[in-house]
Amino acid sequence: MNLYAIRAIYRFEMARAWRTLTQSIISPVISTSLYFVVFGAAIGSRIPEVEGVSYGSFIVPGLMMLSLLTQSLSNASFGIYFPRFTGTIYEVLSAPVSYLEIVVSYVGAAATKSLILGVIILATAALFVPIRIEHPLWMVMFLVLTAVTFSLLGFIIGIWADGFEKLQLVPLLVVTPLAFLGGTFYSIKMLPPLWQTVTLFNPVVYLVSGFRWSFYGISDVSPTISLGMTVLFLLTCIAIVAWIFRTGYRLKP
Amino acid sequence: MSTMIAISGLTKTYEGGFEALKPVHLDIREGEIFALLGPNGAGKTTLISIVCGLVNASGGRVTVGGHDIVRDYRQARALIGLVPQELTTEAFESVWNAVSFSRGLFGKPADPARIERILRDLSLWDKRDNRIMTLSGGMKRRLLIAKALSHEPRVLFLDEPTAGVDVELRRDMWQLVRGLQADGVTVILTTHYIEEAEEMADRIGVISRGEIILVEDKATLMHKLGRKQLSVHLQEPLAAVPATLGAWALERSDDGQTLTYTYDAERHERGIGDLLNALSAAGIAYKDVNTTQSSLEDIFVSLVREKA
Repeated sequence: MNLYAIRAIYRFEMARAWRTLTQSIISPVISTSLYFVVFGAAIGSRIPEVEGVSYGSFIVPGLMMLSLLTQSLSNASFGIYFPRFTGTIYEVLSAPVSYLEIVVSYVGAAATKSLILGVIILATAALFVPIRIEHPLWMVMFLVLTAVTFSLLGFIIGIWADGFEKLQLVPLLVVTPLAFLGGTFYSIKMLPPLWQTVTLFNPVVYLVSGFRWSFYGISDVSPTISLGMTVLFLLTCIAIVAWIFRTGYRLKP
Repeated sequence: MSTMIAISGLTKTYEGGFEALKPVHLDIREGEIFALLGPNGAGKTTLISIVCGLVNASGGRVTVGGHDIVRDYRQARALIGLVPQELTTEAFESVWNAVSFSRGLFGKPADPARIERILRDLSLWDKRDNRIMTLSGGMKRRLLIAKALSHEPRVLFLDEPTAGVDVELRRDMWQLVRGLQADGVTVILTTHYIEEAEEMADRIGVISRGEIILVEDKATLMHKLGRKQLSVHLQEPLAAVPATLGAWALERSDDGQTLTYTYDAERHERGIGDLLNALSAAGIAYKDVNTTQSSLEDIFVSLVREKA
């Protein structure tokens, strides 16, 4: 195990986040605060409670997930795409590091960043609405699993993309719609029955539902199923990354 | 001298069918400076990229320091430093961090004293806190070398090290390479500047269209290089070379208008003077004289053309 290499890449990536503090921390915090102001304070006060939870508090887990998903994706995809774009990836590929070590350090750094962000958003939310966390351990587990899974997905996108446009494509066209339609701002029980069924094909539903359950003990699907689906998604991403490195896809001609 | 890099039967066919390397066999000896010469697109960078792990080989085998580059990639790669052809650098990192990063990446514990020495040797010390994007092209080249040397490699690849580099840096680089050689580091440089190969290399390999067409000690090549020719263009055609000029083994052109004398560059002065005197003495009038030197470039061009 080349621990020095893992540490070098990890620190390098974390230093990049520190340099781009505005982009990686401040802007998501501001946009989340705006959601709280609009949905929590302005509109939320006119929306009835959802299963005994005030609307402002209800959306907190969903909003954290939304930020976690999008930030994990953009952090991880940019982290690996940029060295490919500038060519500096040559150094990592020529170094005595295994693929596992490369993934662990890039994905680890991206996941760390989104975890820090998640915690900051939680703290920000606590300023606006009352929050309680019924199952803290589960909450942390969902947080970590989601951060890692979507950082892996971001890593895959960063390797697949051959232009900045594609880098934005998946987050914008797939993940953001899925996140918005995944029960971030509502319980899927509010939907007509047909759409409730359709929604079950959206993986984000399970993340948000499980995460919200860890907060308030209310969920659209059982937390065990949520956890199972999250792990399944994680394993799928791991399998794709393994395939990428075995074939050298987009990395080694 | 033992073999540092052994390349046997190495082939590479890119997706799309381009055959970048026909089976290549090449041994690089430990501690030598080896220049790989070849025109653009000959396969120099592909060859280096395979050895360094950037490109997958289609066939064949490479060992570095006895370690297979695929099976024992960790041991093999730990021995290698690579300075790529393009100025591929981070933009926002500081010089110091970038070089420290490289050392860690290659599995070495931090060693600030060593990095300081490398940066000083490469005149980068004053720039250590600068962002890389603020460096000039030449400074970026130095930085790439510093990164490659940060983990104390036993083999250094310099891919077109002096392309677009000013005279001062070129001289520094040559000095650096000699210093590395003194420490026992094996250096492989690719270039299409022949002077560079002449100046630096112990051995020279010529690659063309994916094939190594010549590997020779520089001294041997320089011997060929040492040949010069003196052509004497006569005013009147000559039917035969007079016997008094026999000592020079002159070649007469078919039309009898030109006499050509081939000689060794090392001791040419007396030979030419004597020849011209002898020509005058023999009453042969000439209208022009010119000398040509078969440079490594000529050898190279003719080799490459021959194979084409």
